[in-house]
Amino acid sequence: MKSLIYILLIGVFTLFALPGMAQCKNFAKKVCKLELSPFIHDGNFNAAILTEGEDAELFKTFYAGQEYRISVCGSESITKVEFQVLDVQRKVLYTNTSRNFAPSWDFKVEATQQLIILVKVHSNPASKPEELSSGCVAIMFGLKAD
Amino acid sequence: MAIGLVKVRCKSIAIFFALTLFLFGCASESSKKDKIDVDISDVTVNDAAKVGVQTARQIFYSLPSPLETAMILKRAGAKYNEEILNPVEKINRYNTNKSMALNLGIYSTDLSYASLFDQTQASIRYMSASKKLAEGLGILNAIDNTVIQKLEENVNNREVIMDIISETFLNTNSILEENDRVAIGSIILVGGWVEGLYIATTLVENVQVADNELVERIIDQKLSLSTVINLLEQHKEHPDVKDVLEDVVSLKVIYDQIQLSVSEVEAVTDESTVTTLRSKNVSSVSPAIFASLKEKVANIRSKYTM
Repeated sequence: MKSLIYILLIGVFTLFALPGMAQCKNFAKKVCKLELSPFIHDGNFNAAILTEGEDAELFKTFYAGQEYRISVCGSESITKVEFQVLDVQRKVLYTNTSRNFAPSWDFKVEATQQLIILVKVHSNPASKPEELSSGCVAIMFGLKAD
Repeated sequence: MAIGLVKVRCKSIAIFFALTLFLFGCASESSKKDKIDVDISDVTVNDAAKVGVQTARQIFYSLPSPLETAMILKRAGAKYNEEILNPVEKINRYNTNKSMALNLGIYSTDLSYASLFDQTQASIRYMSASKKLAEGLGILNAIDNTVIQKLEENVNNREVIMDIISETFLNTNSILEENDRVAIGSIILVGGWVEGLYIATTLVENVQVADNELVERIIDQKLSLSTVINLLEQHKEHPDVKDVLEDVVSLKVIYDQIQLSVSEVEAVTDESTVTTLRSKNVSSVSPAIFASLKEKVANIRSKYTM
């Protein structure tokens, strides 16, 4: 009987634990994916809950001849999400700070390259010092069809 | 005595899990509010807290999706050949999580390849097979019953079909991530990547033809190979991942003999809104090494699909 209570307890707490990532999926699908249009989403899901000051890196190979759109977006609570595109020597090839934190960037590569997408969640100067905002950040890739 | 000890351990484990999940549950609730409260008594200045947060950098490794693989193949001049795809009739052989995950990736690439060449009936067959394997893996609702109907209704609209396929991949990936089954997700992706490599190497008849774009894209996989290895290494404790990693490492031995040098990259934006990343790759592969790569890929793919 006691074991059953423990199992129920675990089940109840699991239910509370799941919504974070599920919300992130819905945000990625309903908000971020729209930024990719008219490019076709490649189908991969790269998203995480990030807090102000945190950053994340994504490694991906981009192929010659294919035109891509990168879309990086953060949920409402995150005011500014910077993303940089770096080569493997970590030379900055693009930063969205030069375009007022634009959430997407279109590009193509002349020769196949491995690139790094560095995403940084900027601190909100208006937020109270005892609070750090957090939210979902999604990195999505669109492919231009012929 | 021993039973009592086990009971105490079970209780402890249950309480530990309950507390852990409660803590995660709280974190999840926090993200619902999109705020994390930081007790400032623990830190002298707010920046110190932020520096602490910065240490937790998350790293993602993104492989070409089956859809991207198929687009790369077509753009490189690949022709459609249904005979080289993995027949859907083999589906009943795939009963383990590993074989279902690998072949879900393989069928997904076959589905994307068929759909890009407007092979609607083949696309529907591979979508149905993918649906069965996804269900076998417990990824319910990733491909719902309306998907096949939507494919049939849009036989002449390739863009809509590609959107439908992309949506099913996204659902599959995100459901696995939600359920903390990222290791299975990585096996699916590697299955799809191996199938792309198999289709490409099989379609190359003469490696010595100059400016063979398909050969160039096969050589380019040397760059994706490190991503594949890093992705699998993140989950190498998983026995199925460990096996797949060994296969990929055996491919790396051959790829290490293929020359590929990448020049410095320069970003150039002209009047259009599209930036071009200019660079030049220099690559070379001997016919003998290409033949051994082709054979190795075929062996691995055969092991996965048998």
